[in-house]
Amino acid sequence: MSITKRLFSGLSTIAVGAALSACGAGSNQTKGCIDCTDSVTVGILHSLSGTMAISESTLVDTEKMAIEEINASGGISVGGKQYEIKYIVEDGASDWPTFAEKSKKLISQDKVPVVFGGWTSASRKAMLPVYESKDAFLYYPIQYEAQECSNNIFYTGATPNQQSEPATEFMFKRSPASGKPFYLVGSDYVFPRTSNTITKEQLKSLGGKLAGEDYLPLGNTEVAPIIAKIKKALPNGGVIINTLNGDQNVAFFKQIQDVGITPRNGYYVMSYSIAEEEISTIGAEFLEGHYGAWNYMMSINTPASKKFANNFKKRWGSDRVVADPQESAYNMVYLWKAAVEKAGTFEDNAVRKALVGVKFDAPQGPVEVMPNHHLSQTVRIGQITSGGQFKILESTDGPVLPQAWNQFEPSSKGYACDWTNPRKGERFRL
Amino acid sequence: MQLIVESLFNGIAIGSVLLVAALGLAIVFGLMGVINLAHGELMMIGAYSTYVTQLIFKLPAFQQFYNSYIIVSLGVAFLVSAVVGIVLESLIIKRLYGNPLETLLATWGVSLILQQFVRSVPLAYGTGLIISLIIGLGLPIILPKNLFVSHQSKFFRLGIWSISVVFGLLTANGLSSAISKLGRSSSRNVDVTAPSWMRGGIEFWDITFPVTRLVIIVITIISVIAVSWFLNRSIWGMRIRAVTQNRSMSECLGISTKKVDILTFAIGSGLAGVAGVAVSLLGSVGPNVGANYIVGCFMVVVLGGVGNLLGTIIASFGIGIMTDLIGAGRLLEIWPEMPSSIASTVNFFATTSMARVLVFALIVVFLQFKPAGLFPQKGRMVEG
Repeated sequence: MSITKRLFSGLSTIAVGAALSACGAGSNQTKGCIDCTDSVTVGILHSLSGTMAISESTLVDTEKMAIEEINASGGISVGGKQYEIKYIVEDGASDWPTFAEKSKKLISQDKVPVVFGGWTSASRKAMLPVYESKDAFLYYPIQYEAQECSNNIFYTGATPNQQSEPATEFMFKRSPASGKPFYLVGSDYVFPRTSNTITKEQLKSLGGKLAGEDYLPLGNTEVAPIIAKIKKALPNGGVIINTLNGDQNVAFFKQIQDVGITPRNGYYVMSYSIAEEEISTIGAEFLEGHYGAWNYMMSINTPASKKFANNFKKRWGSDRVVADPQESAYNMVYLWKAAVEKAGTFEDNAVRKALVGVKFDAPQGPVEVMPNHHLSQTVRIGQITSGGQFKILESTDGPVLPQAWNQFEPSSKGYACDWTNPRKGERFRL
Repeated sequence: MQLIVESLFNGIAIGSVLLVAALGLAIVFGLMGVINLAHGELMMIGAYSTYVTQLIFKLPAFQQFYNSYIIVSLGVAFLVSAVVGIVLESLIIKRLYGNPLETLLATWGVSLILQQFVRSVPLAYGTGLIISLIIGLGLPIILPKNLFVSHQSKFFRLGIWSISVVFGLLTANGLSSAISKLGRSSSRNVDVTAPSWMRGGIEFWDITFPVTRLVIIVITIISVIAVSWFLNRSIWGMRIRAVTQNRSMSECLGISTKKVDILTFAIGSGLAGVAGVAVSLLGSVGPNVGANYIVGCFMVVVLGGVGNLLGTIIASFGIGIMTDLIGAGRLLEIWPEMPSSIASTVNFFATTSMARVLVFALIVVFLQFKPAGLFPQKGRMVEG
């Protein structure tokens, strides 16, 4: 008998065996809405396969949890009727045109009133024309570079003035490396480049010194040349602003530790893309002592924050963590519910109008939807502990208002966005 | 002097990652002429087996040997990737010899399947599957040959595969209950933590040499020596070279070319597994860790001259040193008084993105003048 035949017979035996043993796994059951008489179906559109699946699947988990919570507490009440929320999950496959295509499908074929979706700026930029041409509504949960303000997108993540600007100021004025030069490292795509342009302008106005900047092509994990340049540019320690993406962070942090770029030697890294989820993947031993800036941190010691974290662990497993993007995704489902109930209809334009001014007691604290379709949020600076959490060093007194158009970047300075006033709209001079 | 040493070390460090990744491909692509786009995924499997080995060594029973798990995982990764390679060769690739385009498409498909496999199947079951395959393919080799000649051989084979399935299931269930992380399917990246002796760096001459990089260089050197010894000195190595040079003549002389094909592919795949161990030390381990390296691997093999080991070695170190020289802006340090016009050009290319562009451009220009690479050689590929 040839090896192929042997293999075939062997593989089929294995397959049967594996199938038999896999039957033991139970399925998650979800609680429905008991009092509901009708239902409404919403769209969830994130990458479940490809590079971004690691991050985006956590958002799907959170959105499902928020929907289940709403259903368990009686669904959405519109016009005296209780609606149960159902969802269709589509896979954006980490491929930007797919995001646009699936958006079209959700809007035209499934006729969903709202889509919760996206992570990367590239996916949002690909979806934007679809929502604008079909006048549909996308809820986008990620902190991003701003410089965009669409009537058809609602942004629940932080704008630069709610994350990177306070972080830069903290590093320059109040961190152990205050006054030292800055080095900017990022992945080579739109978010890091825009974010670093803003940081450079801000650094200029603060009177800080920029020692250099470098970008790593997406998918490349060879960081040796960058590390050599950092050592040369910052011989006596300094601040490193890190906007690397996903797994490039792992390579970066593992290798800078090996050559002695550590907090103990006076090098402090401030990262904009590293939350609790990423800390657990990279390993806290590589990140201890470095900084992060977010609106939500799992270590926030309030009942709302603890409840959110505990519910998530109960639903998806005790080793899971919650982080800022997830909190943002959680908030947007509740904000949509509140807006629908306020409008008294699922109709797009009425909901959009009702949305502005909606308040929600989020796990991070109170948030409010502003006329520029962004959220007012609290900003926190944290230092990473050996336990993989943030030790919160600073938080703003109250929510910070979002700026869709950045005030450090010369091209957008002096502009703002307001969708409640038809004469102002996307971009107007203050 | 110090500058040159540091630059050279960085270049060699980058080059050795490329070399260890490309070594397996140099054999599969270079000697067999198979365009194996799943090579990166074989690396990924090696990286994942490092991760599984690491978790097993964290169990109380093996805790005391934890510091040496990386050495064990080199062997494990080689074996695991080689077995996957054998399955790949005998199910798909051997039917496509001589059709490079079909091979390319089929192996690309395989690479997608393998990527999705690690995303959707819990690692414990993946390990169980590999264990079954190892036992199922390995037992007939160990057991006396005459057992398989009798008319009851069918039952023997069935028996062996049943045993292997039982062992596989036992491993899968044992692993998933002992280590809960392995029992669930997950698409998130996992992390291989180097044992404490491999962290940090060695200070020498005011230059820090990271230990992980040194370990990778050592792994690369050992792999290269082992491969060249195997190909040049061992009997099977000579058979492989004979088949590469003239297939039909070797067949006439009594060499089983089928066995040679399987063995060559298994060794190439196994080396990809070893590369996976090295790569897992640098970054995180995820379904598409291998895909990041595949283009670089082909570049190295093509630049070095298909079918030539020395070419592959020189090409990968060449690319490594060039990347460091351009990307880290070393030329400015070495020659500080260069005219400002040249200096600004050098500065422009002194970012990682631009260095990559420039290195690839230089390779393209080089291949214009020497299309067959540094050391062109006659092989099966050339004969078509």
